[in-house]
Amino acid sequence: MSALADYGIEPTPLVRLERLAPPGIHLFAKCEWHLPTGSVKDRVAAGMIAAAKAAGQLAPGLRLVEPSSGNTGIALARITRLLGIPLTVLVPDNVSEERIRLLQAFGAEIEFTPGSEGSNGAVWRAEKLAEEGGFLMLHQYENAANPGSHQMTTGPEISAQLAELGLGAPDAFVATLGTGGTLTGVGRHFRGLGSPTAIVAAEPPTGELISGLRSLADGYVPPVFDPSVLDGKILVRTRTSIDMTRRLMEEEGLFVGPSSGAAVHAALKFARRLTPGAVVVTLLPDAGWKYLSTGIFDGTIDEAEARALGRTLW
Amino acid sequence: MPATVSIPTVLRPHAGGARRLEAGGATVGEVFDEIARLHPRLGQQLLSAEGGLPVFVNVFVDDEDIRYLEGLATPVGDRTEITILPAVAGG
Repeated sequence: MSALADYGIEPTPLVRLERLAPPGIHLFAKCEWHLPTGSVKDRVAAGMIAAAKAAGQLAPGLRLVEPSSGNTGIALARITRLLGIPLTVLVPDNVSEERIRLLQAFGAEIEFTPGSEGSNGAVWRAEKLAEEGGFLMLHQYENAANPGSHQMTTGPEISAQLAELGLGAPDAFVATLGTGGTLTGVGRHFRGLGSPTAIVAAEPPTGELISGLRSLADGYVPPVFDPSVLDGKILVRTRTSIDMTRRLMEEEGLFVGPSSGAAVHAALKFARRLTPGAVVVTLLPDAGWKYLSTGIFDGTIDEAEARALGRTLW
Repeated sequence: MPATVSIPTVLRPHAGGARRLEAGGATVGEVFDEIARLHPRLGQQLLSAEGGLPVFVNVFVDDEDIRYLEGLATPVGDRTEITILPAVAGG
């Protein structure tokens, strides 16, 4: 049973990507859309709420405020509604319409931040609000329970599922870099086992969108992200992530969001340096439903890329 | 052939507005030294006072972060694509 089963977190399927895997490489993917609100962030929301509860922070009359490009907000909204806690989510105004509708359906209040600033803009707004006080911010970018939830659930699930197949620890684990929670938590799990698993990040190129920056020193490295667990970081451009997202649908029958395409592209790129027999595990953060309105599945790849540019896809 | 360096929006004012620069060198460090010679203010953003990479700067050689390769000593070949980006968040 999962350490966060009280919050509906059960192991997600680990599927083999037979058609996309290079010859001799065992490529597996964790299907995170099987979680309650359909994304990996159900783990993070559950972990942060469980930690806040254990610390006695969930007092009556409390309001939660959280910066999120959507998935964390949706996952938090599900749990806070069950607990009777109001929630405000700070969202870049260029995320997909489905994310906004889902947040509203789960009862969250929404405050928009400039889309041109990407997720950094929501984080900056959150930090300004935090100075004013009067509410609780779990702050996925700073909360140790974010990587902690992956160390408690995602990592052990991967180990158990590979063991069932008669396989040991993977040679590489590849995931997208957002808050850094997945990579840090799963990385610590394998480091704790003394496994030589290479931990590899797929990074989005959103730097081009952030016009509010005056210099590179205005960039943001989330405090929960522990770069020391990483063995590699691969830049995945918007076009490449959309292309691989479409290939996952066409060649593997998997209907996933664009960050999943980015993760698989990076996994395949890293797998090229591994020897036959190597095991590579990647993580598919969510399904494609929330991205239908962005047009990434429609028309040619050129048309899809043109529609996606300028949006916050992760 | 020299390496191509793509410059992020925030740094283009330090590069005379250029989106891309070409510079020669056998390593990323040598390419950056050449860039710093041509565009001193850009050089100040790319190299810390100690001569290393500042924490908020991510540099990719053919889309791989050089921090996990050989840092500024990462070799640069013919027509290598070097991409500079600020550290950013998602989620």
